Amino acid sequence: MTESAVTDPTTALLDVEGLTKRYSGLVALSEYELRLAPHSIHGVIGPNGAGKTTLFNLLSGMVQPTAGSIRFGGVDITAHAAHDVARAGIARTFQNIRLFGDMTAIDNVKVAVQQRLPISLAMTLISSPSYRRNEADVTEHARPILDRMGLGAMADRQASSLPYGDQRRLEIARAVATNPRILLLDEPNAGMNPTETAELLDLIRRLRDELGLTVILVAHDIPLVMGLCDRIQVLNHGELIADGPPTTVRNDPDVITAYLGRASDA
Amino acid sequence: MSALRIPRRTLVLLLAASGTLALLQLSGLAFWQGLAINFAIFIILVQALNMASGFTGVFSLGHIGFMAIGAYTSAILTLPLATKSEYLPNLPGWLAGIHLDVAVGPLPVGFFAATLVAGLVAMVVAGLVGAVLMRLSGHFVAVATLGFLVIVRVVLFNADDITRGSRTFSNVTPYTNLWWAWGWAVIAIYVAWRVKFSGLGRAMFAQKADRWAARSIGISILRPRLIAFVAGAFLSAIAGSLYAHFITSFSPTVFYFDLTFRVITMLVVGGMGSVSGAVIGTALVLALAEALRRIEGATLLYGLGGILLAVFFIAVIIFRPSGIMGQREVDLDRVLGWRPRWRRGRPDAEPSRRG
Ligand SMILES: Nc1ncnc2c1ncn2[C@@H]1O[C@H](COP(=O)(O)OP(=O)(O)O)[C@@H](O)[C@H]1O
Ligand SMILES: [Mg+2]
Repeated sequence: MTESAVTDPTTALLDVEGLTKRYSGLVALSEYELRLAPHSIHGVIGPNGAGKTTLFNLLSGMVQPTAGSIRFGGVDITAHAAHDVARAGIARTFQNIRLFGDMTAIDNVKVAVQQRLPISLAMTLISSPSYRRNEADVTEHARPILDRMGLGAMADRQASSLPYGDQRRLEIARAVATNPRILLLDEPNAGMNPTETAELLDLIRRLRDELGLTVILVAHDIPLVMGLCDRIQVLNHGELIADGPPTTVRNDPDVITAYLGRASDA
Repeated sequence: MSALRIPRRTLVLLLAASGTLALLQLSGLAFWQGLAINFAIFIILVQALNMASGFTGVFSLGHIGFMAIGAYTSAILTLPLATKSEYLPNLPGWLAGIHLDVAVGPLPVGFFAATLVAGLVAMVVAGLVGAVLMRLSGHFVAVATLGFLVIVRVVLFNADDITRGSRTFSNVTPYTNLWWAWGWAVIAIYVAWRVKFSGLGRAMFAQKADRWAARSIGISILRPRLIAFVAGAFLSAIAGSLYAHFITSFSPTVFYFDLTFRVITMLVVGGMGSVSGAVIGTALVLALAEALRRIEGATLLYGLGGILLAVFFIAVIIFRPSGIMGQREVDLDRVLGWRPRWRRGRPDAEPSRRG
């Protein structure tokens, strides 16, 4: 992505201005800015409590901001309900996995796929041709998504019974199943070993390339995002302290003192 | 699972059920016939609550209120004109003229129509009430729906001109028989089953499992909940109509805590979210209640039955909170021994049956 594409608001897929969230005195996120270039992988890093998850909660409409605006594809979605934001094309995963635990893996994906189709009680009860076509359609779409994530063999397993890494990938599969334009991944490698993490990075890159997704990736550790992201922002105590290409951010003195120094101590 | 083709097991089950009903009808065993009708009516009530609460996780304590609405609506609509003018002299004009006591040959189509109208009235009320209440969660919904039950009772008590207030409403034509009751029970089971294994059901169970995750994939929490609530209200009202034309006289006190508690016990014992579990739970609690009633009669320890049933309920909550079935379903093929041996233990050979 060229620098002009990133800074020009007319081509930004997501345009966030002055986004702020206050929790009774505590500022979880302050004056956050973002012009997200289409088809990029954008990294947001920062220590625990920096406001990364809060940022995702705001972008996905699950939490209402104290101030600021979010424009998605030119439309102001700041006040949209979470399910409308999802339908508009912003999907997310959660830092602490949130699957539909007692549903099967395939049903976790199907319930996301079906959101683009109309559903009616009457059509369901009489099992109308349109209803049956929709159900077949949903299954047909859900299978390849599971396969893409390497979960094809797990389709009929109960989601909560899957191994940890599979649960992480199933959550991504479910998000992808909504057919989003932007995918928000909140610490997707949390709890994974280096091999699994490497595979995951590969998967994220392929999602971007093959599905044309734009990805915002929240991560705890810098090495993860360095090789993957086109651009990186660093949050600390809710404030943006750096914003730019990985190489620039890595050498930023503020980042080194605020974050890298601490991380390397640990 | 093709939809238009009735699966073999369902067909066999329906035939067996019809045969049993026919035998029961011919036997003339009034006690068992009554019990079978009760069983059917409770199945409808429990499936209604299963959809509204078991599928969605929204704990509704108000569904017996819809049953009351159904009972009174249908009872009033089916009163013959002569009885009506005498029995309910102050009925508003538009209501006074309606008498759905017509029959085509042996078929009381008026009763059928009145039952449907009762269901529709309950649906409209549920739509209005649910649009507000289904936004709430947890304890708030439980308390609010309980409030609805109380309001229905107060209205029934005070709408003297229409309901006769606290006086017994009698003279209801005894239309309900084995066939009506079980016909509707089969429909209730079918509706619950269809919904559970549909996109709608997936949305209901998804938002039950995790509301945040559900919203994150575009599910508006209100919609599946409201649909479940309204469908449950319809079925509850149907049960109310059947009940009214079964016992033929009742008062508002019937539709209150006792019945609410009884239906919840049946659902919890069977497993909230399981369609087959709801039937099993209903049978079990009904049998237990009947046995206890006899013990009461023999020992003259009246009230013992209620206490033991409550203890049973508490024991289930403590030792098996998800009930007999949880959200799973009985695998009929396995029970009836129809599954070919080579397919046993291969879950991928079967359609998904998990909530
Ligand atoms: N619902 C909430 N109520 C109060 N404080 C919150 C809430 N959510 C997050 N916070 C606070 O906001 C800050 C940022 O949290 P979070 O966004 O989860 O950080 P991160 O994801 O970067 O670790 C933390 O201090 C956290 O305690
Ligand atoms: Mg976080």
